[in-house]
Amino acid sequence: MTLTIFLILALVSVLSSILVITQKNSVISALYLIVTLGSQAVLYFLLGATFIGVLQIIVYAGAIMVLFLFVIMLLNLKRDEFGPDQKKGQRVLAFLFTLFLAVEILAALKIGFSDGGTPAGAVLNPASGSPSEVARSLFIDFLYPFEIVSILLLVAILGVVVLVKKRF
Amino acid sequence: MAAFILISSLKVLVVFSVFMLIVAYLSYVERRLVARFQTRIGPNRVGPAGLLQPIADAIKLLTKEEVFPANANRIMFVLAPILSLIPALLIMSVIPFGDSLTLFGQRIDLIISDLNVGILFVFAVTSLGVYGIVMAGWSSNSKYSLLGALRSSAQMISYEVSYGLSIIGVLMMAGTLNLMEIVKSQANFFDWYIFKQPLGFLIFSVCGIAETNRAPFDLPEAETELVAGYHTEYSSMKFGMFFMAEYAHMLNVSAIVTTLFLGGWQGPWLPPVVWFLLKVSVFLFGYIWLRATLPRFRYDQLMSFGWKFLLPLALLNIFATGIFMYL
Amino acid sequence: MVPLNYYLILSALLFAIGVVGVLINRNAIVVFMSIEIMLNAVNLSLIAFSQFRGSPVGQVIVFLVMAVAAAEAAVGLAIILVIHRSRESINVDEVNLMKW
Repeated sequence: MTLTIFLILALVSVLSSILVITQKNSVISALYLIVTLGSQAVLYFLLGATFIGVLQIIVYAGAIMVLFLFVIMLLNLKRDEFGPDQKKGQRVLAFLFTLFLAVEILAALKIGFSDGGTPAGAVLNPASGSPSEVARSLFIDFLYPFEIVSILLLVAILGVVVLVKKRF
Repeated sequence: MAAFILISSLKVLVVFSVFMLIVAYLSYVERRLVARFQTRIGPNRVGPAGLLQPIADAIKLLTKEEVFPANANRIMFVLAPILSLIPALLIMSVIPFGDSLTLFGQRIDLIISDLNVGILFVFAVTSLGVYGIVMAGWSSNSKYSLLGALRSSAQMISYEVSYGLSIIGVLMMAGTLNLMEIVKSQANFFDWYIFKQPLGFLIFSVCGIAETNRAPFDLPEAETELVAGYHTEYSSMKFGMFFMAEYAHMLNVSAIVTTLFLGGWQGPWLPPVVWFLLKVSVFLFGYIWLRATLPRFRYDQLMSFGWKFLLPLALLNIFATGIFMYL
Repeated sequence: MVPLNYYLILSALLFAIGVVGVLINRNAIVVFMSIEIMLNAVNLSLIAFSQFRGSPVGQVIVFLVMAVAAAEAAVGLAIILVIHRSRESINVDEVNLMKW
């Protein structure tokens, strides 16, 4: 049952991410990316990480993608009319190198886990995904990175406002 | 397993039917009340005291001609109202209506899904509601729609920040994100969070009204302003869906305010569901009263109110609650 | 029961798709979207490991990664807007001079 749901979600994420990178119209790409992010969120719920799953929808699918859509609509991009490849065979090389990368990652996974794949005693523990657990770890062990990230966000906001001002 | 599916389907069916009925009759109630506020009568001809007016409206909307603007993106044009309505309906799945019942030996909680992160789910679905508006405006291929959609979605995402921050005080006091637990922690009348978090209640209500694009924050869709904003080019049932989505969102915000601040379904003598509906109706009356009474904000006033006034106030609320709880 | 490996293989696959997206697209915004796909793939494997170990540290890291991704998306899109303003094109092949 869980396996079926996982396979469906995996199929949906992989298909929609392939569709993201192959569309000519950027708005359709953005919409497929929203589908990808949504299926990721459901995968997180399947793993038991409820807090991060909901955050994925609030932050990624609900805020970052709205930002993307705003920019695409404000730029008023027409369909992708970019010419042929800058260098010959660029796409073929890209596919080839990515294939090498994928094979390397999968090989590293295989080698890293000595007993044929699964680490010993790898059982899903859904309790560690509850908000109280994550919050405890975040505010006690990771307080310093948390504060730094909040300053980072402030700097990003200021940077964006300064970058797009037309006149000082 | 089978019992679970059966009970859940039954709950979904009941909640969905009651919800859609209330949404339909809310338009009638609003027209009557606004008319009364303006010393006229409102619709009273269609049935006994005008009670069949929503049915007449539905028939009218269903039989109108479908208009597709030229050069509009067909798929997105049709998808947008659906994307607007579905989040409004989804939120109802985590609102608790009452305590547990015990029917035929099965314990039934009067909530469709008791999520551990209930209130965060509400925010997640609310932020997805922006997409319907953005897509409606862009796919209509019309300047009025695009401007209205951009304004409306900018307003929604600005007020979402204070919307989320204002209830952190309640969450700190309740100690849980689970909506059923939050309601149960307000068992005493003086434990209701409206007394313990008055500022949070006010900020949340104001942001809720701004989120649903209702007066006095309805500049993006006001009739006298941008023609009709993002749903200018929509006709027939697609417009009907936008219309329903707005009332559904109103109902959702009222239900969440009731759950978080007014004690949910708690109350003496009457059954819990009746108390819940009573409290929701009080808040809905407040919504309609505001629409009839206050003039509309100008757009820059609206945005500066949201960012420069409500956001610092919500942060102050969290700070004050923290200090208060520590002492 | 879904074994841990399946999540990791899915994560590797999504990462590879993101890399392909960055390499073959000329539209700067689609390049950004492919970067988001890559970040998501990494988030997935972090959360899978965190849940299978029973430790919330992985999820805290994902939380911080999401915040950084949001900041990066905002600044990157601002840069794209400014480039569009001065050149009327966001084709990454054409943005190849520091200043002219």
